[in-house]
Order: sequence, then C-alpha cells, then structure tokens
Amino acid sequence: MMDFAHWLPIIWGVILIAAISIYVVLDGFDLGIGMLFALERDRTRRDVMVSTIAPVWDGNETWMVLGGAVLYGVFPGAYATLLPAFYLPIIVMLASLIFRGVAFEFRVMTRGTVRERHWDFGFMAGSTLAAFCQGTILGGVIQGVSVTDGTFSGSAFDWLTPFGVLCGFSVMCGYALLGATWLVWRTTGQLEAACRHWAARLAVGLFAGIVAVSLWTPFLHEPYLHRWTDWPDILLVAPVPLLLVALGALMASALRKGHSRVPFLCALGWFFLCLTGLGITIWPYAVPPSLTLWDVSSPPSSQFFQLVGTAIMLPIILTYTIYSYRVFRGKVSETDGYH
Amino acid sequence: MHNAHDIALLLARFQFAFTVGVHIVFPAFSIGLAAYLAVLEGLWLTTGRQVFLDLYRYWIKAFSIVFGMGVVSGLVMAYEFGTNWSIFSKKAGPITGVLLSYEVMTAFFLEAGFLGVMLFGMNKVGRGLHFAATCCVSIGTLISTTWILASNSWMQTPRGYRIDPTSGQFLPDDWLAIIFNPSFPYRLVHMTLAAFLSVAFAVGATGAWHMLKSRREGKISSEPVRVMFSMAMWMATIVAPVQILVGDAHGLNTLKYQPAKLAAMEGDWTSEGHAPELLFGIPNMKTEHTDYAVGIPLVGSLILTHSLDGKVPGMKDFPRDQRPPSQIIFFSFRIMVALGMLMLLVGLWSLWHRRNNTLFTSPLFHRVALAMAPAGFLALLCGWVTTEVGRQPWTVYGLLRTADSVSPVVLSSMAVSMTIFVIVYIFVFGSGLGILVRMLGHEPKEGESNPDPAQAPEILAIRTHPAVVNASTGKGA
Ligand code: HDD
Ligand code: HEM
Ligand code: HEM
Repeated sequence: MMDFAHWLPIIWGVILIAAISIYVVLDGFDLGIGMLFALERDRTRRDVMVSTIAPVWDGNETWMVLGGAVLYGVFPGAYATLLPAFYLPIIVMLASLIFRGVAFEFRVMTRGTVRERHWDFGFMAGSTLAAFCQGTILGGVIQGVSVTDGTFSGSAFDWLTPFGVLCGFSVMCGYALLGATWLVWRTTGQLEAACRHWAARLAVGLFAGIVAVSLWTPFLHEPYLHRWTDWPDILLVAPVPLLLVALGALMASALRKGHSRVPFLCALGWFFLCLTGLGITIWPYAVPPSLTLWDVSSPPSSQFFQLVGTAIMLPIILTYTIYSYRVFRGKVSETDGYH
Repeated sequence: MHNAHDIALLLARFQFAFTVGVHIVFPAFSIGLAAYLAVLEGLWLTTGRQVFLDLYRYWIKAFSIVFGMGVVSGLVMAYEFGTNWSIFSKKAGPITGVLLSYEVMTAFFLEAGFLGVMLFGMNKVGRGLHFAATCCVSIGTLISTTWILASNSWMQTPRGYRIDPTSGQFLPDDWLAIIFNPSFPYRLVHMTLAAFLSVAFAVGATGAWHMLKSRREGKISSEPVRVMFSMAMWMATIVAPVQILVGDAHGLNTLKYQPAKLAAMEGDWTSEGHAPELLFGIPNMKTEHTDYAVGIPLVGSLILTHSLDGKVPGMKDFPRDQRPPSQIIFFSFRIMVALGMLMLLVGLWSLWHRRNNTLFTSPLFHRVALAMAPAGFLALLCGWVTTEVGRQPWTVYGLLRTADSVSPVVLSSMAVSMTIFVIVYIFVFGSGLGILVRMLGHEPKEGESNPDPAQAPEILAIRTHPAVVNASTGKGA
C-alpha cells in the first residue's frame, strides 16, 4: 500500500502533463488562429479560418478545465499555491478567453454592423492576451514560487520578470505557428499560401524563443543545471535539442515543398519536445523550488477514486473527440465560406 | 472597524456570488433548452411534421449563443476556487475537486464533443446520428448538474469524510455517502425542474410576444409560434406544481439538517410550536426580532412539520456567530416562493384558456406570459441566494468557516479582478443578451415546402447555422 501511495502521484503527474500537452496543442492552434486575425483582414478568409475550428474549439478548451480540475482534486496543494501566485495573469487570461469564446457566435450574429468589427477585434485581442498570459504563467512556474508553510507567500507581481515575458512571447509565437500550420493543412488557395509564408517566419521566432529559454532555464535553479549537465542524466536529455533541430529542418523543407500536413506535425513535435524538456527539468517538483508532487497531493483514497474514473473515461473521450474531428476533416476552401 | 483582510474577504465573496450568479443563468438555460431541442427533433423524426423542424432550427441558434456564454463563464468558475478560495480548495479539494473532475470527464467532454456535430454536422452524419448527438448534449447537461450539485450539497450537508488532524484536510472515507449526502437528491430534482421551468417561461414569452405582434399587425400567428406557446404552457402547468411539492420537501430536509438556515429563512427567533408563517417582516439581527411582521397563525408549523403544534426552530437557538444573515434570505426565499405560486397560477389559467379555446387569442394572457419571461431565472437566482447565504458563516457547513477559506491574496489584486470581471461580464454578457433578445424578436421561419424527412439533413444543415461549411462537397450556408 505504501508503494502504491508513492506511485499514485507519479501516475497523476504524467496524466497531468499529458492533459496540459493536449490542451496546449489543441487550444494552441485555436488561439493561434485568433492571433492571425491580425494579419488577415479579408472577411471571407477570416470566415474560413473560423470555420476550421468552430466545431471543435469548445472541446479543446475543455482540456483546460480538466487540467484545473485535476490540479484541484489530485494536487490541491499545488492548486492552492499556484493560483494565488499567478492571480493577476490568470484573471486576465480568463477574461481574455471570454472574448475569444463568445466571438465565434457574436461575430456572425452581428454580421454587417460595426459591432462585427468589435467582436473580430475581441477574438484577436483575446486570443493574443490569453496566449501571452499562459506563457508568463509557464515561465513563472519554471522560475519558482515563494512558499511558506505550504501557502503562497510572495507578492502580486513576482511573475513579472524578463524571463516570464520571454516565455510569454515564445508561447505567442508558438501558438501562432500552430495556427498557421493548421491552416496550411486545412485550407487552400490564397489563404494557404499566406499561411505558409507566415509559418516560416513564426517558426524562426519560436526557434529563437526556445533557444533563449533553454539557455536561460538551467541558471534559474541549481538542480535544473545538474539535470542537464550531469552524467548520466545527460544521456536522457541530449536527444531533445538534436531532435528539435531536425524537426525544424523538416518543417522548413515541407513548407517550401508544399506539403500540407507535415508542417503542422513538425510544430506538434516541437511542442512535444519542449513540454518533455520542461517536465524533465522541474521533476519531481510540482511547485518549484520547494514543493514536490508528494507534498501537494491529496490522500491516496482521492487519487485512486479519480484514477478509476479517468481510466474508464479517458479512452472514451479520446474516441469521440477523434470521431468529431473526423466528421469535420478535409480542406475548407474559400468558395465554401458563407456568402 | 474593517481591516484589509476583512475587505478582501468581502470582495472575494461578492466576486464569487457575482460570477456564479451570472454563470448559473446560462447552464440553466442550456439544460432546459437542450432537453427541449431533443424533444423537438425526436417529435419531428417520428411525426415528420415541418413545424417541429422549424422550431428546432429556431431554438438551436439561441442554444449556440447561450451555450457559448455558459462555457466561458464556467471556465472562470473552475479556476476561481483556487484564485479566491485557496485554503478551502486545499482542505476540501480531495473531495470537491474530485467531484469536479468527474464532472469534466463525464459531462463537459460529452457536451463539447457532440456540440460541434449538433450545430454543424447535420449534412455530414445523417439524421439518426444527429439526433443521437442532440441527446448526448442534453444528457451531458444533466450529468453536469448532477456532479456540481453533489459537490455543492456536500458542502451543505457533509458526509462520508474524515478530517486529517495535522493538515485539516477533508479525507474521503465513503464516496457513496459523499455523493448521496442528505440534501443532494432534493437539490438535484429542485434545480433540474427549475431549469426546465425557466426555459418553459422563456419559450412561452417568446411565443406570446409573436402572437401579440401578429395581432397588432392584423395577421394570425404562424403555426410554429402557436406550437411553441402551447408546449411551454403545458410544461408550466405540469412542472410548476411538482416544483412546489419538491420545494416543500427540500424545506423539510433543510429543517432537519440546517435548522439555523431554516430559522433565518422564516425570520423566526424563538423556537416554538404553533408557529405562524410570516408573509412579511424585516428581521433585525441586532435586536433579535423581526420587525413589522405580518403572519398567518399556525401555518408555519403546518408547512414545516405538517402538524399544527410542531416545533419550529428559532435563531436564538444558535450562537450569534453561527447565524446566517436573515434579512437577505428572508426576502430571497419569499420572492422565490411567490414566483413559484405565480407560475402555478399561470399554468392553471392556461388550462382554462385551453378549455375555452382562447389560448391563442387572449391578449391579456399573452401579456402576462410575456411579463413572466424572466420569472424562472429570477426564482432560480433567489433560490441559490437562499441556499448559499443561508449556509453562512460556513463554506463547509459546521466545519470550515468562510473567513478561514479565503486565499492569501492582497486587497489590491482582489479589487483589480473584481473590476475586470464586472466590466467584462456586463459588456460581454450584456451584449450576448441583447443579441439573443433581438434574435428571438424575429419570427420563426416556416418551411417553404413540406419535405419528407429523408431530405432532412440538407435542410437542417443549411438553416440551423449560418457558419456551416461543408468541406467535402462545398455545399453549405
Ligand atoms: C424556477 C425556479 C424555482 C422555483 C419556482 C422554486 N424554487 Fe426553490 N430553489 C430554486 C429554484 C426554484 C433553486 C435555484 O434551484 C434552488 C437553489 C439551490 C437548489 O437546489 O435549488 C432553490 C432552493 C430552495 C430551498 C433552499 C434549500 C436549502 O438550501 O436549504 C428551499 C427551501 C426551496 N427552494 C423551496 C421552494 C418552495 C417551497 C418553492 C415553491 C413555491 C420553490 N422553492 C420554488
Ligand atoms: C453548485 C455549485 C456551487 C458551489 C460549489 C458554490 C460554492 C460557493 C463557495 C465556495 C462560496 C464562497 C464561500 C462563501 O461565501 O460561502 C459561495 C458563495 C456564494 N454563492 Fe455559491 N456555489 C455554487 C453555486 C452557486 C450559485 C448557482 C449561486 C447563484 C446565485 C450561488 C450564490 C452564492 C452566493 C450569493 C454566495 C455568497 C454568500 C455569502 O458570502 O454571503 N452559488 N458558493
Ligand atoms: C461554482 C461552481 C461551478 C463551477 C466551477 C462550474 C464550472 C463550469 C465549467 C468550467 C463549464 C464549462 C464546461 C465546458 O467547457 O463545456 C460549465 C458549464 C456548465 N455548468 Fe457550471 N460550474 C459551476 C456551477 C454550476 C451549477 C450550480 C450548475 C447547475 C446546477 C452548473 C451546470 C453547468 C452546466 C449544465 C454546464 C454546461 C452547459 C453550458 O455550458 O451552458 N454549473 N460549468
């Protein structure tokens, strides 16, 4: 039983990272498409962009609800320290997501009035701000949170550092890249061509961001540095940067050669590597630099009960999520838009 | 004297009440409307009558707006426990967090997964599957209600837990006892019926509005309008009396498990048999007396104990620091009950009109039905205020005080978030409501032909939503 109690938080840590990764990738391209509204002004093409995500965005955002709920139920100690620590960026992110979420319907329902422009702007600004906040929160977690007696004891702006801002911009770039490569896959004609062009630039930006964050991170805390330089840990982590470069090269050539699906898959690969690298770096902390997964987890009875439900439900959820993506698969062309 | 911590606590409470109060309106609308849409589509598939399809197309647009607003306001709730009530989340998370996770996994994903198919997928999946998607969304909203009310009811009448002596955390002992806690069945039934009633009166008012408009223009009202009005009035006639019985049972349950709340609802200070039922009064927490009381003798005992000399609790039975603020819930409770009675009357009145064949022709009745548009939502909000304020001063009844639940967040941050929420909510949800009302101001379109249901997919897809884009064939809106 002791052993099982030891393993439960590890299993949950993996599930949580997986849920966050799925969220980042899925909602990432939604938010990215919102940001790309800044570059695409034509209403018909904007409609096509929205059409590619309208049937699925709600499901994508639900992964974020799941992330919050899992933290709350399984790692209440982390939920109760991280949320007060990132109070302001979280509030701004939630408010931004409100604009993003309602814009899908509102911009169509106000068609032809000035207010349509406002909701388009809300969609763009909400997506951008939400992405930035998520990035700074991520940066803030990596930097660490001051904790005394298991409660947050820092100040309201601890998260606002150059490192946090760098992470914010990197995540913005990353989401916009996901959005652009998604559109390369799902659209045709002028829009697809424009997205290829944007994707190439965004990829360069994201790559620069990843390099900067990776070089900076090991110097934030002693254990991070050791994780990436000590023998034999280095064997485990060395492939990460190499794969990163390889995927970048593949993406560049696929964008040039006109592949439709490969650039998106490469962008996914980048995100996967970054999140894995992040997991390796902060392991076994849930709230660096002081609280481990075990410090913050709920009693085994809670974790176990929730694990049973997850084991049953997660495969079912994945099945019908894939089903609903398949219903709406295929290219959406400009002539398909609303007239 | 108030110090910064007290004000931050007050703001946190006000913020929670504001955000959840806005949120709950949309899910209640979604719960009722999803069920209504499932019924409409089912009726259309079995009878093949065009009018049900017309109504489905009409209400699904409203549904897509309301649902979107429910999702974004709910997302805020899921994080607000941690931002504003971190101590509560840490202590109760092992129980309430797990229940919320179950809600996400069994309900939210189900709704979200099939919502896309419901709104956009008719020309891609065929009628049977589309109907299944509508049903999945509706079932999802009901499952969602079940879990969130299990969680809320556990906070009202906690069972099946143990308290960890070192951390003060609630540890789950018996999940069945936690979920099926004593107030859960009552709250679940009462809330679900409340959602159905709210939507019945909203739909009824929409129908009434269009009939009044047709009358002014000297036309006769269209078939979809008459059918929606009649369906809504049937709902009111049948559900309102049931809701009153359930509400009564809920009150008896509260008497048993939360007597202090009940005493505050009734404005009773001393425990007595032969208690009157107060119709009006102003409870005064300082002088421990209800001023200007107007009551009916004996009825209090009769309602609460179902006997004339039954003993009813009074607030003086409880120490001052364990009494909920009676002024608020005395009134919120009475408004809810009054609205419930009004709904019953409207239901009965509609029966009388049906018998006289004047259901579609009485302008007075239509005006009343129009005025009842917000009645369900108002009653629902008043009910929640009664429930939640009546739980004070506790978050977990009798065990964890609200004052000990709040996050260590500084007052200025709390004030900033409150300001952001008030501005954003008023702007966004206000606009949403405006869009909704304007949309319902248009009469439902009647189908041009009387198509056979075999062609249904095409028709539905083209009409249900302007954003339909058909990728594979290029057909669409
Ligand atoms: C359309 C909405 C609606 C209507 C017409 C009524 N209620 Fe209600 N009531 C609710 C909507 C509601 C609610 C919003 O759904 C609440 C809040 C929490 C809950 O479970 O139900 C509630 C709570 C609630 C409570 C609080 C229980 C507690 O927390 O301790 C009582 C005692 C009643 N109701 C009793 C009644 C009675 C006697 C009614 C008859 C006239 C009535 N309600 C009509
Ligand atoms: C079922 C889900 C709900 C849960 C789990 C829940 C939980 C809570 C919590 C944690 C608080 C803050 C602590 C407190 O002040 O007691 C609170 C307060 C409050 N809630 Fe709820 N709530 C729920 C639904 C609602 C709804 C739908 C309303 C609708 C109006 C509502 C109205 C309020 C009010 C008015 C307060 C403030 C009470 C006060 O501080 O005086 N709640 N609730
Ligand atoms: C304070 C506690 C509450 C929290 C944390 C909460 C959380 C949420 C969230 C995150 C969503 C969006 C789900 C999605 O992504 O699809 C949502 C929607 C929903 N909520 Fe709540 N909620 C609360 C109170 C309530 C209450 C009191 C009820 C009803 C009794 C309720 C019923 C629903 C339903 C039916 C939906 C789905 C329909 C819709 O989105 O409009 N919630 N809630």
